[in-house]
Amino acid sequence: MTDELVTIEVDGRELQAKPGTMLIDVTDAAGINIPRFCYHKKLSVSANCRMCLVEVAKVPKPLPACCTPVNDGMKVSTRSPLALAAQKGTMEFLLINHPLDCPICDQGGECELQDVAVGYGSDISRFSEGKRVVPQRDIGPLIATDFTRCIHCTRCIRFGAEIAGVRELGATGRGEHMTIGTFIEKSVDSEMSGNVIDLCPVGSLTAKPSRYQARAWELTQYSGISAHDSVGSNIHIHTRNNRVVRIHPKENESINEIWLSDRDRFSYEGLNSEDRLTQPMIRKNGEWLKVGWQEALEFAVKGLQSAAGSDGDQLATLVSANSTLEELYLAQKLTRGMESNNIDHRLRQSDFRLDGNDSPIPGLSITISGVESLDAALLIGSNIRKEQPIIAHRLRKAANNGANISLINPLWIDLHFVADQFVSTPAMMVNNLASIAKAAAAKLTGNLAKIVKAAEVSNEAKAVAEQLKSAESGAILLGSQASAHPDYSVLVVLASAIAEATDSSLSYLPAYSNSVGAALAGATPHRGVAGVPIEKSGANAELMQSMPRRAYLLMGAESDFDFWNPSLINAALDQAECVISLTAYRSDSLESRADVMLPIAGFAETSGTFVNAEGTWQSFNGVVKPQGESRPAWKVLRVLGNLLGIDGFDQNSSNDVLEEIKSLTADLTIDNSVSTKTAGEMNSSTKGLCRIGDVPIYASDALVRRAGSLQKTNDAVTASIRLSANQAQKGGFEDHQDIIVIQDNNRTQLPLIIDPRVPDGAVWISSALPGTEMLGGQYGEVILEKA
Amino acid sequence: MANEVCFRTLEYLKQPWELDEYKSRGGYEVLNHILKNKIEPSEVVETMKTSGLRGRGGAGFPTGLKWSFISRNAPGQKYVVCNSDEGEPGTFKDRDILRYNPHQLIEGMVIAGYAIGATVGYNYIRGEFWEEYERFEAALEQARAAGFLGDNLLGSGFDFQLHSHLGGGAYVCGEETALLESIEGKKGQPRFKPPFPAHFGLYGRPTIINNTESLSSVPVILKEGGEWFKELGVENSGGSKLFSISGNIKNPGVFEVPLGTPFSELFKLVGGMKDGHKLKAVVPGGCSSPVIPGEQMMDLTMDYDAIQNAGSMLGSGAIVIIDDQQCMVKLLDRMSYFYHEESCGQCTPCREGTGWLWRVVNRIENGKGRQEDLDLLESVCGKIAGRTVCALGDAAAMPVRGMLKHFQEEFQYHIDHKKCMVGAGPTKGLG
Amino acid sequence: MNKFMNPLQTRNKEEIFSAEIREDIDRWIAKYPPEWKQSAVMAALRIMQDDNGGWLTTELMDDVAEYLDMSPIHVYEVATFYSMYELKPVGKHKICVCTNIACMINDSDAIVKHLKEKLGIGFGEVTEDGRFSLKEVECLGACGGAPMFQIGRKYYENLTPKVVDSILDGLE
Ligand SMILES: Cc1cc2nc3c(=O)[nH]c(=O)nc-3n(C[C@H](O)[C@H](O)[C@H](O)COP(=O)(O)O)c2cc1C
Ligand code: SF4
Ligand code: FES
Repeated sequence: MTDELVTIEVDGRELQAKPGTMLIDVTDAAGINIPRFCYHKKLSVSANCRMCLVEVAKVPKPLPACCTPVNDGMKVSTRSPLALAAQKGTMEFLLINHPLDCPICDQGGECELQDVAVGYGSDISRFSEGKRVVPQRDIGPLIATDFTRCIHCTRCIRFGAEIAGVRELGATGRGEHMTIGTFIEKSVDSEMSGNVIDLCPVGSLTAKPSRYQARAWELTQYSGISAHDSVGSNIHIHTRNNRVVRIHPKENESINEIWLSDRDRFSYEGLNSEDRLTQPMIRKNGEWLKVGWQEALEFAVKGLQSAAGSDGDQLATLVSANSTLEELYLAQKLTRGMESNNIDHRLRQSDFRLDGNDSPIPGLSITISGVESLDAALLIGSNIRKEQPIIAHRLRKAANNGANISLINPLWIDLHFVADQFVSTPAMMVNNLASIAKAAAAKLTGNLAKIVKAAEVSNEAKAVAEQLKSAESGAILLGSQASAHPDYSVLVVLASAIAEATDSSLSYLPAYSNSVGAALAGATPHRGVAGVPIEKSGANAELMQSMPRRAYLLMGAESDFDFWNPSLINAALDQAECVISLTAYRSDSLESRADVMLPIAGFAETSGTFVNAEGTWQSFNGVVKPQGESRPAWKVLRVLGNLLGIDGFDQNSSNDVLEEIKSLTADLTIDNSVSTKTAGEMNSSTKGLCRIGDVPIYASDALVRRAGSLQKTNDAVTASIRLSANQAQKGGFEDHQDIIVIQDNNRTQLPLIIDPRVPDGAVWISSALPGTEMLGGQYGEVILEKA
Repeated sequence: MANEVCFRTLEYLKQPWELDEYKSRGGYEVLNHILKNKIEPSEVVETMKTSGLRGRGGAGFPTGLKWSFISRNAPGQKYVVCNSDEGEPGTFKDRDILRYNPHQLIEGMVIAGYAIGATVGYNYIRGEFWEEYERFEAALEQARAAGFLGDNLLGSGFDFQLHSHLGGGAYVCGEETALLESIEGKKGQPRFKPPFPAHFGLYGRPTIINNTESLSSVPVILKEGGEWFKELGVENSGGSKLFSISGNIKNPGVFEVPLGTPFSELFKLVGGMKDGHKLKAVVPGGCSSPVIPGEQMMDLTMDYDAIQNAGSMLGSGAIVIIDDQQCMVKLLDRMSYFYHEESCGQCTPCREGTGWLWRVVNRIENGKGRQEDLDLLESVCGKIAGRTVCALGDAAAMPVRGMLKHFQEEFQYHIDHKKCMVGAGPTKGLG
Repeated sequence: MNKFMNPLQTRNKEEIFSAEIREDIDRWIAKYPPEWKQSAVMAALRIMQDDNGGWLTTELMDDVAEYLDMSPIHVYEVATFYSMYELKPVGKHKICVCTNIACMINDSDAIVKHLKEKLGIGFGEVTEDGRFSLKEVECLGACGGAPMFQIGRKYYENLTPKVVDSILDGLE
């Protein structure tokens, strides 16, 4: 292959390109528009729509620009009579069977067919036969279909096969009878399924949740950042009458390319939930009263001062890492202003033994786009597809290019790429990792050196160590099942030692949109702003619950669903003197425990900044007014700080807060260094049955839990007990029978489902779901009994 | 001078398909010779080029030239694929090769493999040809047992495995890239080209794909020499060819005659028209080739140039002879229905256009035609031809244009009188 | 250390089809490169169709998909593309009548008319006793014997209504 460029001429303009490049890529880069339907830069070329026909000198037939490679001296005309006649001809064919229902079609106004038809269609149809009608099919709660409008470009099919990695849609039948669909009545379940809505050039696939809600031209478009995983996908928020109507991806090649996960696309529905808290409320004599802001804030300040005013250690601040950087910063400033270091965002972590030796700013030490050029990766405790769909997509690209990917998990994960999976009980996960550490000759000290020495090295472990060693770009990534693990500190130290021994990078895949921002903002008890160690560390999230404090300040977190151990946090809140909750939603758990509920702005209602996994700061504006009386949390915190008489709460805008943070953090980036080679004794119990309490994709935060359409998908699971057939048989349990589960003396009854993904010795009971809030930690011993 | 190539066993042998009988007419001698004497593959390709053999599947592309596109020494798997899909209406010659001379096809494929450095071949047989498939399988067994297929053929170090693949009923799978997709376990949707199969073929590997008759001609060409073969035919149309002749004639069948043979001679061979009717028209090269009026046909010779100059194509050599009792509108209605039915549906002009063509012809046939329909047909043809992924689109347009060119008055009559010009009157549900 | 086989694959290949069927399908799989098992999909569908009285159910297509490690939709695409696969029940004897040009001009209309009258069914239908079904097909490559039809795997050429009677009467 030579790097020499060839010169071609298009419509009289000279263009240069690499030989063999497809003509349409060359013209696109030069801003010359050739109409097309099937071609899409992110998908393989299928060249079936025949819209992109152009004239090439010395070729009698018009050629499709999307599959015609350029060569030197080629002369192209995109708008000559021959080219135009060909394009118009195709347009006429496409329209003969396309319904004339633009007025009621959701795609109207942004339809590629409509746009091109204006330029190339003729006014009267010469086709006088009946139009093709395709029977309707329901493919689930997210995507509305009208396959009668389909122009058979097959973009959606190629998306499934090439991007989502699951072939769900297909084209069945032949010729004119060919129809796109699932063939049988079946929902489309990919966590990236919504992208076909953008890819479909016509109104054949449209967004069901926003169906008929607005015409495209009535919408106003704003830029924004997704608020779920730590990718920080760039989005366009479309609003009408101060309401978010829909979300589209905004292209950013280095982050989400042009894709969006369904969670990022459809969770906005939760904004308009009936649960929204729209007015400040205080509890007086056991009664909730709606009050004005002034009264509520004064009430809160009084409560705080009386409970923790004299002893800062009595204040515990627990914040969601989906909060903005500005909010997290002000929350820690307020807490520290009250002489307390008791602040934490790591609500789903239970093992904090590494604090002090831990990574100062944990995140992705390679870039998000760099994930696709890995040639080996070891994931520890990660259901990557559901936790970070976009990173999973990048990883899939790497796998398709031949990268060796392995996972150590407590559950079998349904992946869309080829990988080796080590599946075992949570306790055995440590052994699996130790085995790889031994194979890699990782250097460890203390008890870890012993554990590693004792580990048996399997061929599989050897293979993983080898792959990482020989990789030019190898990575070890810790997911959210690792950070919730009772031996997280052990996993981290082992992982970092393996990374060192194999010359791989060590990374964390933080679960929340601003986990990295939370570390930068100093929302941890042992490190302040910029991850600077604090001499006298405060209590971590776990200690704040197990050793209850008198006053609690909660921000964006629901005690039933957002904590590692809901019964622990609920017990702590139950006995507290003062619980102040900054929240966008009402919930039973808060209403029975809080004293003040301050309504804060939700997603898209406030300005702020998220720092994503790779450390990219992305700021955004509020694009709709906060609902009711709710206010951006940074403003609420600022007023609270002022009322509490703490210095430095006089910022006028979130941008002022941001500037303040920037001045303290300078060019700080991800720092994943781990400063120890040993860890404490093993916490994981090896006896009895161990619970695996993952967080299902559509239960991950307050907004998505209230997103109606996502809650109707197959990924929106309800609470259950999942066991291997073997394990169920041992206990004498039958499939689909209700059984009793006991954890930390808390008991409840849930249906049993036999699930081959669960290893023997473990029970899969997801957390964050109604019906599990009375149980204990995400991991821990449980007892099962017949009901 | 008939029956010298693909049918060389036919009239001489009782069980022409059996291995022993094939060998008795010189079968596998060429393969033996090539392998024993380690003939240079390039020499084989050169002979094929000299022979002037043009692909018998319909497109008439020179076989030797096609083979020369593959660099024999490039590493990795290469394939030889035989196209026995035989779906072009009117064509039934490859079926006879499979039935009566399967070993010659096998020998041809092994030699092709040797020439391009392929060690695996597939013969794609249309699914309906079950009996022919069984015959071919039986021949494969014999060839394997005799060491003409398998590893280290005749001690030469050259391996060649040959398998049959059965189609499932889709005309478009006769198109070479659709056929490859079909072997790959997919719908038979043609690929866009470039890349051509010689570079990116079966399983993404370099592949040559040839018609059954083309490949079956190979052993004889190599035995008798390229010049010999070329001399059988005429300028630009080397060799002899199988003609499938059907229609309103006395003795339909497959006939091997030299290219350049006058149509009138073939007409005699088939015994002329049946039931005392008169010759009206001839479809000279399969359904896709434009129709030619009978009297014009009587002056033509059967070779690529002559038929092309008459505005049609020799195609697969499928001659359908039509008598004066037939309504050309009804005939076109049926032809257009075929393309509409068989379009793979992938590309817009063919998917939408073939249906449109058929509906317009069908309404003319049914007495609902309008005056503007004739222009409309021409214009729709113009929008299909040359703009599709594969040549099925052209194949659908050509017969329409041919009919309008030579028999427009019959269509006009249908439109004007809402009935047929010929025979007993209205044909289908005309009222 | 336990490294699991994919537990979501709940069935062993042996559980999907009988030994006989597997042998038949495996014979086809063996013809293609190991990573191209899906090349055997057309054969597998045909084998299952024959085994099921001439037509394919969704369950059978799903079984084929599982056996060949393909996604079900891919198998549906194949099964609906090729005309020889039937997705609805057919008669014990599926009569495929060619009506394409060579047969048409040799009066396949008369054959079709005769069949329809004799069997009392139209194209795409099955006789009440389940013995026969009729299907109109495109050129079967036997134009020299026009008009013709295929029943099961066998071609019958040079048909006349009388010949048709004797063929049908001779079937089991
Ligand atoms: C729609 C369509 C159908 C075709 N059907 C056949 C066929 O049935 N048999 C065949 O040999 N070639 C058929 N061809 C031609 C093949 O694409 C290809 O040119 C041929 O197999 C090459 O072999 P040859 O060079 O030996 O002729 C068809 C082409 C098209 C476009
Ligand atoms: S021309 Fe017809 S058969 Fe060929 S690719 Fe296009 S749609 Fe398919
Ligand atoms: S964009 Fe080129 S054929 Fe569709």
